[in-house]
Amino acid sequence: MHFHLTGEQVAIQDAVRRTLADSWPMERIHAFADGNEDFDRASWEALMALGLGGMLLPDSGMGLLEATLVSEVAGEAAAAGPLTGQWLAAMAVAASGGTDLDALVSGEAVATLVHGGSAFVPCARAAGFFLIVDRDAGVRLVPAGDGVTIEAVRASDRSRPVSRVEIAEGAGETLFAAADPMTARLADAALVLVAADALGGAQKVTDTSVAYAKEREQFGQPIGRFQGLKHQLAHMALDVEPARALVWYAAYAWDAGLPDAPRAAAMAKAHLCDVYVRAARAAVAAHGGIGYTWEYGLNYWFRRAAFDRAWLGSPAEHRARAAGLAGW
Amino acid sequence: MDLSYGEAAEAFRAEVRAFLSPHWPPPSDTRGSDLKQFVRTFRALATERGYLYRAIPRRYGGSEQPVDVIKAQVIREEFARARAPMEVGGNGMNMTVPTLLEKGSDEQKDLFIRKTVEGDYIWGQGYSEPGAGSDLASVRTKGELSADGSKWIINGQKIWTSQGMQATHMFMLVRTEPDAPKHDGITYLLIDLDQPGVTRRPIRQMTGEEGDHTFCEFFFDNAETPVSWQVGERGQGWYVSRTTLKHERASIGGADGLGRQFAKLVELAREVGRIDDPIIRDKLAQIEGFVLSHRYSSYRIFSCAAAGEDPGPVPLMMKLLLTEIGHEMALLAQELIGENAFVEPAGAGGRGNRGPRGPEKWMDQIMGSLGNSIAGGASNIQRNIIGERGLGLPRDLAMSGER
Repeated sequence: MHFHLTGEQVAIQDAVRRTLADSWPMERIHAFADGNEDFDRASWEALMALGLGGMLLPDSGMGLLEATLVSEVAGEAAAAGPLTGQWLAAMAVAASGGTDLDALVSGEAVATLVHGGSAFVPCARAAGFFLIVDRDAGVRLVPAGDGVTIEAVRASDRSRPVSRVEIAEGAGETLFAAADPMTARLADAALVLVAADALGGAQKVTDTSVAYAKEREQFGQPIGRFQGLKHQLAHMALDVEPARALVWYAAYAWDAGLPDAPRAAAMAKAHLCDVYVRAARAAVAAHGGIGYTWEYGLNYWFRRAAFDRAWLGSPAEHRARAAGLAGW
Repeated sequence: MDLSYGEAAEAFRAEVRAFLSPHWPPPSDTRGSDLKQFVRTFRALATERGYLYRAIPRRYGGSEQPVDVIKAQVIREEFARARAPMEVGGNGMNMTVPTLLEKGSDEQKDLFIRKTVEGDYIWGQGYSEPGAGSDLASVRTKGELSADGSKWIINGQKIWTSQGMQATHMFMLVRTEPDAPKHDGITYLLIDLDQPGVTRRPIRQMTGEEGDHTFCEFFFDNAETPVSWQVGERGQGWYVSRTTLKHERASIGGADGLGRQFAKLVELAREVGRIDDPIIRDKLAQIEGFVLSHRYSSYRIFSCAAAGEDPGPVPLMMKLLLTEIGHEMALLAQELIGENAFVEPAGAGGRGNRGPRGPEKWMDQIMGSLGNSIAGGASNIQRNIIGERGLGLPRDLAMSGER
């Protein structure tokens, strides 16, 4: 029985955390947020230099659990790159015997995930590949260029800006049909990875709020001494920390191929994205005025919470799926 | 991650099963005192094999096993599967025995542990008073030495004693040094409840629960106990009472109970014809997100305990999490039972005499879930604990002198 992180898994998270602290500090986020790019090459290359690109390949010695741990840290740091798309594209290409695998694993070619039916795609302008995952239509890999129309929009998530993307029918190559088990595997993995991003973000805004409550003084006291705020912060932590195990379980179930893996993925996505939205709202409230300013930066995580919640389907949509999968 | 317990544990499981099958259940016609004797013999045998009372030395009736949370979990699972009785429960096993093992005199250990383990002594907890709830260290029940210095004379009142009508003994916090600072004026005493100075009265609860099953209040009017039944030093009772059971405490039992209750809620939705209602399905899945978070967090805590690693702040959250889930389930149950709520369920609180019951039985959970936010550390105290011990926030000023 082992259901907590190993030393190696913690070390992976630490390495990613250090890399992002160096390559993606708050001043970079601020600059990026006010710029026009949808991709940050420097922090992407720093992450890819850690060898993260091939984490979901069968021979990596790692699995979705390790990828979720990285996704969690990316969420914590509000990282810009399309890690989910990159991992899933490498996995899909490897499984279908496609070319370009090396460029995907190294991160030289950037792949972004397109949720079947959604018009919005993060990092679209920088992407060399679009991996369309659609439970009803299968999985397609489309290279940038012919058949792909990209229209920039003023994106609300400033750390992962989306564009409006139209992909011509028949563009690219179908890797898996809808009925191929790989299609559902990829779709489920994406849900767990977003849940992990939400977990990392929710933890980050909670930690930031707790740190602020220890520092900020009013009435001659650190405000964290007051029970009203203390209890709000306790509830944020109560919302986030136990939910961590829900993400672990979903990743573990996917890695082990357990029968409840699809449902666990749906539950994790629904639950964590709700948690993140609640935590982000509570964090702004806990900070008071400073939390409402642009400069303080909480808003980047708030915006990511809004993105995670809606991307790949809302909590209500996945709870409805989970209800069906339970045979209710 | 790996949720299997491993080969050694599975071999041990086979061993436990092999023990259980010839020894439990009793022959179907076993009743009354025969059944009682059968259970007693069964427990003695199971203890001899090292399955029960693992933290208790052999000389006091335990099996004195090395700490092994995985084995302990396998034993719980297999006994539950066979519906075999485990250790006698209650405050005696949870509080008195661990406290005595750590802080008791040899005489006290000899006098009380075996009798408690074998179920002869049932202990009431004498902590709360009408004026001392969350602020437990403000207890006012008074203890004074008799003129010859051999006995403590006790006067005052204790409240919310579970198993109060059955209890043979009580462990209690009593103020013995009225002039000392709050926490340093309390002594931890054991007392025999069968004496003229002790009066007990059941408390009728909001569920209607009353009589033999409910909590009691106790009145002490010159009740007596020998000085040799004082645990730890005079005036140090507060610190004695902080002793908790650490041995093999991690289990996933609470999560199993919660999971069963959630399954019943889904069943209720089916029974009342609402399972296809999208609002109900959404609400059920929302609650299940928390139920599963609780379950997998208990796996996490268990796994850390087995490996001797620190699980972080999540154990501090489990009680409040369970309580909050109980409230959510109560609110949904209330929607589901509809007008069934107009009927008082038979067997108040689910403990009294009752026959078959309909959906109105959920009124027990609907009200009982409120008890969880009060008993065993009120929810606002839990929030303080999470905030202060878990998140490292500064202590409340009113309590900053407290320990």
